[in-house]
Order: sequence, then C-alpha cells, then structure tokens
Amino acid sequence: MSSKVRRKPRIAVFKFASCDGCQLSLLDAEDELLGIAGALDIAYFPEASRSMGTGPYEIGLVEGSITTHHDAERIQEVRRQCKTLITIGACATAGGIQALRNWKDVDEFIRIVYATPKFINTLKLSTPVAEHVPVDFELRGCPINKHQLIEVITATLAGRKPNAPTYSVCMECKRKGTVCIAVAQGVACLGPVTQAGCGALCPSFDRGCYACFGPMESPNTGSLSNQLRILGQNNAEITRAFRSFNAWAWQFRKASEESERT
Amino acid sequence: MSKQPTRTIKVDTLTRVEGEGALYVKLKGDQVQDVKLKIYEPPRFFEAFLRGRHFSEVPDIVARICGICPIAYQMSAVHAIERALGVGIEPSVRLLRRLFYCGEWIESHALHVYMLHAPDFLGYPDAIAMARDHQAIVQQGLRLKKAGNRIVALMGGREIHPISTAVGGFYKAPSKSALKDLVEELKWALDASLATARWVSGLDFPDFEQDYEFVSLRHPGEYPFNEGRIVSNRGLDTDASEYEENFTEQHVQHSNALHSVLRGRDSYMVGPMARFNLNFDKLPDVAQQAARDCGLQVPCRNPFRSIVVRAIELVFACHEALRVIREYEPPPAPRAPALAQASTGQAATEAPRGLLYHRYVLDQSGLIVSAKIVPPTSQNQKRIEEDLWHFVSQVATRPAEEITWKCEQAVRNYDPCISCATHFLRLHLERD
Repeated sequence: MSSKVRRKPRIAVFKFASCDGCQLSLLDAEDELLGIAGALDIAYFPEASRSMGTGPYEIGLVEGSITTHHDAERIQEVRRQCKTLITIGACATAGGIQALRNWKDVDEFIRIVYATPKFINTLKLSTPVAEHVPVDFELRGCPINKHQLIEVITATLAGRKPNAPTYSVCMECKRKGTVCIAVAQGVACLGPVTQAGCGALCPSFDRGCYACFGPMESPNTGSLSNQLRILGQNNAEITRAFRSFNAWAWQFRKASEESERT
Repeated sequence: MSKQPTRTIKVDTLTRVEGEGALYVKLKGDQVQDVKLKIYEPPRFFEAFLRGRHFSEVPDIVARICGICPIAYQMSAVHAIERALGVGIEPSVRLLRRLFYCGEWIESHALHVYMLHAPDFLGYPDAIAMARDHQAIVQQGLRLKKAGNRIVALMGGREIHPISTAVGGFYKAPSKSALKDLVEELKWALDASLATARWVSGLDFPDFEQDYEFVSLRHPGEYPFNEGRIVSNRGLDTDASEYEENFTEQHVQHSNALHSVLRGRDSYMVGPMARFNLNFDKLPDVAQQAARDCGLQVPCRNPFRSIVVRAIELVFACHEALRVIREYEPPPAPRAPALAQASTGQAATEAPRGLLYHRYVLDQSGLIVSAKIVPPTSQNQKRIEEDLWHFVSQVATRPAEEITWKCEQAVRNYDPCISCATHFLRLHLERD
C-alpha cells in the first residue's frame, strides 16, 4: 500500500569545525536552489532557515571536522538520524586546515590564540567524520564543487553511484587544453597527486595546484616530492605543500612526514 | 507587591547566521536581567598555525577562515604583507582589487538581504518558504547574488576560496574583453539593486535607535574597500599601524567572549551602517539619491534599517564594478615582486560585515613569526549584546515566541559571521 502523495525526501545540513563555505555552496547554486527545494524537503539547515525539523532524514550533509568532545558525541547522533550520510569538503573528509594542530602541541596553540586557555575545550586532533562514524560518500574539495554536490544529491536520490572521478587534476588540465605549467614553466604543482574536481583552476591561472581536493586515488607522492626537489624546492617547502587543507589525509600525511624527516 | 515572574528566552541555535552561536536572555517581569550571545563554534587556531608558513601561502590559508567572505581575508592579508615588505602595486591591480571586492559585497549583501534578513521582516522561516509567496523577489535576489559571484568566479576561478590573489597583485589578471562580458549582467544588477532598495525601504522597522560610535575606513577620494584611515564619528582618526593602540579586547564575565572595545571609550559598530554614515559623501550620485528616496538619513541609527543600507551598498558596488570595468587596462605584469625581509605590516580593509584587521610579523626568509586577525563580528559582538539589552525591554511585554524572533532579528541586523569570529573569541562550551 502506498500513499497517493509521495512525501519529499528530507535533507539536513550539519556543521562542525569549518568555514561555512561548503554549505554555502548549496546557496550558491542560485539557478538550482528553488528546484532542489521543490524536489527535497530541506528539513534542517540552520544557516538558511529558522525552522529546524527533527530527524530522521534521508540525506545528511556534514560539513566540518571533529575537534571537541561535544562534537565527537554529536556526530554519533547525526549518524543515527541520517539514512545516507555524506561528508562535504576537506574539513569533513580530511580534518581540514585546522588539522595542522595534529603535528603540534594543541595547548601551545591555545596559548597563542587565547588569553585564558582554561576556557577552551578542544581535542588534541582535528579528525575527519569517517574516523568517528561510517560515511556513505565523501565529497572532496576546499571548497566542494557545487555541481558535484548536486550530482551527489541527485545520484543518492536515484539510488546510483555518484559520478565524481578520483583521477588526478592532470586529467582535467589535459581535457581543458592547459599546457602543463610544471613541465613548460617549471612551476611546482601538486596536480599529479591531487584528485580532480575543481576543473584544474590553478594551472589556468598560471600557478601550481595546491591540492584543495586532497589525494587522488593512488598518488605517487614520493615521485612528486623528487620532482619538486628537481624544481628547486627544499624539504621544508615540500612538507608545507602537503600540509594544507587535506594535511591529515593519510597519503599526504605520509608524504609530509617523509619530507620532514629527510 | 507580588514577586515578578522570571522568564528566560533561549535560542539554542541562532539560525540564518554564518557559524554557530546561541542566545540567552533573562527577564524579570519586563526588566532585562541578562543577555548572552554565546559562541560555541569550535576554535580553529589560525593565528597559531600561520606561524612558520611563507607569506606567499597566507592569502590561500586565511581565505579558509570564512567561506562567505574569503576575499576580505585575502585583501587584508596581502595589503598587510605588502606594507611589511614595501611592495607597491600597479594602479590597475588596485582597480582589480576593488572589482573583486565589489563581487564579494554583491554576493554577500544579496545573500543577507534576501535570504537571511528579509524573511524576518515578512514572517517566514527562510527564503525558500518566502519564495512560495514572493517568487519573483527571491529569484531577483538569487540572480543578484549570482551577478556578484560571477565577478568573483571570473577573477578568482571560483566563488568560494578564489585562487588568484597573490602578494603584489594577482597570479593572472583578466583581459579587458573578459571583464566586458560582465557588463550587461551588472547593468541589470544595478537596476535590481535600486529595486531592492525600494522594496526593503517599505518594510516595517521597529522604532529603535541607539547612539553608536561608528568605525570604518575613510578614503579621501572613494567609498572605502582596501585603503584609508580608520575613523569614527567621535573623533577617531588613525592608521591601521596604530590599530592595536586604539582598540583592545576586554573580558566580559557574562559572555565568556573577548569583546573588542575602543580604548578609554566603549563598544563600537563596524559594517555597512558605519561605512554609510561615515562615507555618505563618497557614494556615487545614484546611490546617494537611492538613499534619499528610501528615506535614509545620515546618521542612520536604527540597526533594523541596516537592510536598507546594505541595499544602498549593493547599488554602490554594482555602479563601482561597472566603473572599474570601463576604466580597466590590464597591468604590465599581474603582480609586483615581493622580496622577503624581517618586517611587520598591518592593514585593515572593509569586509562586507565591516573592518577586518590583520597584522603579520615576518622573518628574513619570509616566514610568518606571528599573526593577528580581528574580524568584524568580534568587533560588533559587544555592540550586538548592548542592542539586545535595550531592545528586549522594548518588546518585553510580548509573547515569548515573538520576543525570541525579534531578538534573533536584532542579532541578524549585524549579519554576524560566527565562523570568522571564533578563531579569536574566547570560547566556553556550555550547552544543555
């Protein structure tokens, strides 16, 4: 027995430690937003609405990394409320730029920023959501690509696998017809180890890729590190290159620790 | 006389703001006992992990403080570093930076006016519900927002965390013809901004005024973005290099947050209302006329009218973007060289939400020794609470749900960006 009027699937947007940019991508889909709102019941999205519908939800989008005890508990509840849990962006999928604390003494960080450290409640590590709960799909990017976000939502509703390639930025450069700046200009570029998704923006702006979308499927970071040395980068620079928005992704973590030790 | 009942108004999650905050108001009878704007957004420690990074990496890193106003962070950062290193920029790079900022202001103001603030005035939970009754208006807002985003995406590759900003200029400067492609849409956006101003000026505003100290940049020749002195309506007139001598942070017991205040004075307001009141004479005629047509007077002291002021700044930003595109000639080189040296530089620029101060100390190899960042929302936080103290007593006799919504609206007057504020705010996690 099915009811005559099909209930719209309910979607929720949750925020943890982040800049808000990835959830803003939903509002930045100016042409599609009212269409999305027609197909889905945007039940919980505090950045956009003061009506906050309680769970359960068909789809939960999670932005941000886990950095406090409270958030480590909250993500468990979020998981229980969401049939499909999708993490959006480098913070939620890799710990974000704030994971740079993971190599430092967080108490020292607190002292640098805050006058009265005892008020600060934070964990020693900034970690991705998947280290805490099972995640159904991880959408990469700092920020995510809004077209990929729409694709992931659409695919989830249709019950198919999202089309979000895991090959490198180099493929996007080739497809765009951008001349390789690493080869032609000797510019340090992380494109060969970075997952596609941005549309290979940086090389088309005459600068090297700085790895917003995190490691590609099987990155050869050792080989790239050698190439960066040939281009004149020292180990400190190579370490910093791997330590940005996806620093805690294990392939980049390993690469930065190798160059730091060298 | 019987004992007055105590009521508390709690908003556990402030909505339609960027980032995570909560509101707590305690009333005894009609008397306000306590107001707390709580910040529970987790800290992210930007000033700490900037240490040891090269100055050329700073624009990309600080953009990640805020997905709503990444350009503001990039602009304050590059100007501070350029001042530290003595880098002069090309006049056409200066123009491009104004255009870039126009894009961010248009995107951010359209978002706030249409999607975050207007629903309060019209009694909807959000813009999507509002669109069911006012579809044409919401569509106009989305298109206007997109017009701003188009500038940002064209100049910076994408809307959020654009990739083109560099110390000394840009990695790549756009061609004249690429910018010309924006003109038709920006002409529409200018008209739409004028329509926006007319529309929002007809909303109902609570009768509420405060005697603010307004603080913003002021430039002798233009409405401020990246340059000018830091001034106020009470005689402040200083350079960004003296910011920390004039402003300080105070620990306020009831709030668990550091509040920025003017030394020897008190709270102050930054943002569109401050800029408008201090720089009305620098607005182009079309924006001045629109303000007069909307019944705005200088000084505007009703924070609920900030929605009208944002609309006037939309008019300005569209007009300014068109001017820049008319005058633009590509620079001979997209960026000036910057040589590392041990140095210190400060700069303040006008983020959509107000003054954004950065200071960097660099070592001889160009690595960051220390960084300080003071976002607009941190500066407005004390002022937001003071508004609430006064405003709540005005509406204290109304039903709790109405007081709650009105208080939220009063907070949203400031378009607070809690994500920005948090890496600096003192934080005390206190939730039920």
